[in-house]
Amino acid sequence: MSVISKIEQENMKKKVPEFNVGDTVKVYTKIVEGERERIQVFTGTVIARKGKDANEMFTVRRVVYGEGVERVFYVHSPRVENVEVTRRGKVRRAKLYYLKNKVGKSARVKEKKR
Amino acid sequence: MSVVLLGKKIGMTKVFDDKGEMIPVSVIEINTGTVLAKKTKKTDGYEALQIGFGKIKVNKVNKPMSGYFAKIGLEPKRYIKESRTDAKTLEQYNVGDQLNASFFTKGEYVDVSAKSKGKGFAGVIKRWNFHGGRKTHGSMFHRSPGAIGAAADPARVFKGTKLPGRMGGIRSTVQNIIVVDVREQENVILVRGSIPGFNSAVVQVRKAIKKQ
Repeated sequence: MSVISKIEQENMKKKVPEFNVGDTVKVYTKIVEGERERIQVFTGTVIARKGKDANEMFTVRRVVYGEGVERVFYVHSPRVENVEVTRRGKVRRAKLYYLKNKVGKSARVKEKKR
Repeated sequence: MSVVLLGKKIGMTKVFDDKGEMIPVSVIEINTGTVLAKKTKKTDGYEALQIGFGKIKVNKVNKPMSGYFAKIGLEPKRYIKESRTDAKTLEQYNVGDQLNASFFTKGEYVDVSAKSKGKGFAGVIKRWNFHGGRKTHGSMFHRSPGAIGAAADPARVFKGTKLPGRMGGIRSTVQNIIVVDVREQENVILVRGSIPGFNSAVVQVRKAIKKQ
């Protein structure tokens, strides 16, 4: 194995929370404020997952007071404590960028029925 | 003046530090060096450490060099590099000593030199960061250098004028980059940010001269 893939492997998490595009998730991120460390939760819909292995990122979108907010996280970042799925979404695309142009009722993702 | 070690640029990746911050790193595999000779003021007129790096097939070594290696009783090396030092550092080393990645410590600053990637014959925008003109609206000035001097008075173009030409492929140095990690097992060091040269290029690594 090459040195680079070895280094990347060491920087990856052993266990990655399972979630897909379209899911509504709660992302628990560690935030350092001076000395103190606390956990902030960002809730929204996963609209994209891109990259692979150590480079994998995901984008979470939510609408706050009528303003769309998107945050990009590294899947393997130690600052992302946990990703909790609150609702599984039923989607037919890998990237839900069309949600950016939708407002209100049409900007929803259908729930996946088991 | 410090000891220069040779290495191989492996490539780039990223690591997370203990704060969870992402750091882009270049991976350099240090070519284990062997001290071949110590040059002293008394015998040679200057003080330096002669270090050999890399393996070489015995049949590739020419006669004078194989004679030299036979005389000091060490295996032939592919590269030989002299590092000017002072008498004090000279005392710390003996002929035959090995220098590898553990020569560097985590958190210290290094300078990395290598031959930069050749860009071929490049225009002024790429080579000297000229702005160029607009593409449309009747503009007839796109990527050309423009005026390069006055007319009759100097009646020549001054030396050093920024013009198109060969770019890259010359020795270049990045100074004061921090060593993020030292992996002795693989004989590899990780430095923050980019370094000159293509992957697998031979690079020179030394402790930062401006941080001593």
